[in-house]
Amino acid sequence: MTKMTRRGWITVIVMALLAVLPPVFYLTGHAFYLDLATRLSILGIATVSLNLVLGYGGMVSFGHAAFVGLGAYAVGIPAYHWLYYSTGDWAVSGLAQIPLAVGITALFALLTGLVCLRTRGVYFIMITMAFAQMVYYLIVSIEEYGGDDGLVIDTRSELPLINLDDPLHLYGLAYVSLVVAMLLVRMIVNSRFGMVLQGAKGNEERMITLGFNVYAYRLVAYVISGAMCGYAGALLGNFTTFISPEMMDWSRSGELMFMVILGGTATTIGPVLGAVVFIVIEEVLSSFTIYWHLPFGLMLMAVVLFARGGLTGLLSRTKGGKE
Amino acid sequence: MDLSLLIIQLLNGLQLGLLLFLVASGLTLVFGILDFVNLAHGSLYMLGAFICASLTFLFGNFLWAVLVALPITGVIGYLVERFVARPLYTRDHLDHVLGTFGLILVLDTLAHLIWGPAGIAVPLPAWLDGQLQLGETLVIPTFRLLIIGAGLAAAAGLFWLVNYTKLGMLIRAGASNRTMVSALGVDIEMLFALVFALGAMLAGLAGMLVAPITEASIGMGNNIIITAFVVIIVGGIGSMKGAFIAALLIGLIDTLGRSFLDDLFKLVMSTDAAETSAPAVSAMLIYIIMALVLSLRPQGLFPPRTR
Repeated sequence: MTKMTRRGWITVIVMALLAVLPPVFYLTGHAFYLDLATRLSILGIATVSLNLVLGYGGMVSFGHAAFVGLGAYAVGIPAYHWLYYSTGDWAVSGLAQIPLAVGITALFALLTGLVCLRTRGVYFIMITMAFAQMVYYLIVSIEEYGGDDGLVIDTRSELPLINLDDPLHLYGLAYVSLVVAMLLVRMIVNSRFGMVLQGAKGNEERMITLGFNVYAYRLVAYVISGAMCGYAGALLGNFTTFISPEMMDWSRSGELMFMVILGGTATTIGPVLGAVVFIVIEEVLSSFTIYWHLPFGLMLMAVVLFARGGLTGLLSRTKGGKE
Repeated sequence: MDLSLLIIQLLNGLQLGLLLFLVASGLTLVFGILDFVNLAHGSLYMLGAFICASLTFLFGNFLWAVLVALPITGVIGYLVERFVARPLYTRDHLDHVLGTFGLILVLDTLAHLIWGPAGIAVPLPAWLDGQLQLGETLVIPTFRLLIIGAGLAAAAGLFWLVNYTKLGMLIRAGASNRTMVSALGVDIEMLFALVFALGAMLAGLAGMLVAPITEASIGMGNNIIITAFVVIIVGGIGSMKGAFIAALLIGLIDTLGRSFLDDLFKLVMSTDAAETSAPAVSAMLIYIIMALVLSLRPQGLFPPRTR
């Protein structure tokens, strides 16, 4: 067996702590920490999937919050119809809602990806944002589903064996999903498909010359990433039980990007670490002062200016500067 | 659809377009020359509005406040360039987006600290606060005409500066070949800082002009910056002409869409359907246009010829 890298150890330790600590806190009466861990695990799924396109694919998507929001609405809208229009019980079944969330976001990623991926660089950043804004304004303008004010989800998704009203069950689902998402992205990245994707990030023309349809590879990666974010959104809706267009505001997309950069792009644990640190710092700072965005923004700038490679880079670097 | 409403909405669209141009011109200058994506450009717009509001109360006169606030926003722009933008020039766009995203949080919170959470209304002098009666139902606030006039004047001034002055020549040269300009002995860092400060002043001016109508408020910049990005993307990044045409186009389409789209839809669908779908479509309209433009012409309508 090969010796595990330092980064590998960090991954194992962080994931082990996430598996053990939150339930222990919950069972000893500190429910708040389980809440925190649930939130960051769900956001972790979103950042892990964003990392697939951003970190490995080199596609800087500035609209991933839209996928999360759409996923959440795919849970909220059926639940709303179940409550007020007595739609059948399937509408609150997670077995219908989650495939709906994944399907809708995959479709949205496919349609927007067809257009977005024709562009490069800053045009790509902006057009992904534009599509996210479109969804944002679409939801804002639909008064039936609360518009600007958002929508309360009265009934969480009903799943066999799992009761999402139980915080421990919800966390268990979020955590296991996160681990699966990490393994999935890792598997994709190490496959032939992932190699092409990373090759195209490094040198697009070379990959095209080698005969690969880079556009198609990127589109598939974009769809997978969008669908995974949609799944994260479905969980987020179940966790917060309140959804609003604010979830897909462009600053939310910026935060997702920041989490990935903060943790370290193109690594397995980076996006998760980024989400953990982001949520914890947000929580700590906002408990001290209402002006917490000030130190937070300064920290963000400092990370961009000085800490290249993110936290994973800092942690896995030994004195020689090598991994 | 009556005529005077159409004229009023056309003027409103023109006004929005010109304000957008003031913000977008700085953005496109900075992007075209420095290859730098500045999300925090909208914060300069907000700071312009707030500083102008405070100075209006200090001097008791709106116009003096604008004159003094302009160089102040220029200085702020210079400081932003020096301490945030300059270290990021050699990085990729992702770092630009994130670094300036952090700057937005910092500047918004600073504004919150200094001016408080509520918006500040800016009083106008009496002679600007009136209305012009042009017809029986056609009434136009004088100040809106001033905004249109000031916007056109600023646009004209900018065109003159860029096309007919030595500084403008250097700016255009810097946009097409940065290395060559600096090899010819031009202080490129100073030039960059000047461009940045100029962009900040233009965005600040837009904020000052809009403050008496909407009041200065936290987050006002974040609303306009995204639209300004749509403008420069549609116009072609780095193109001043593109920014001008796209700004007017977007301003008019957005304004007219919001007021007349339901009437248009009623021609082809039921009243009910029109009234529910029109607001949704009109809010998304400019993004739909941007997506259309990018899918047909990925470089925008008027991509600059250089590079």
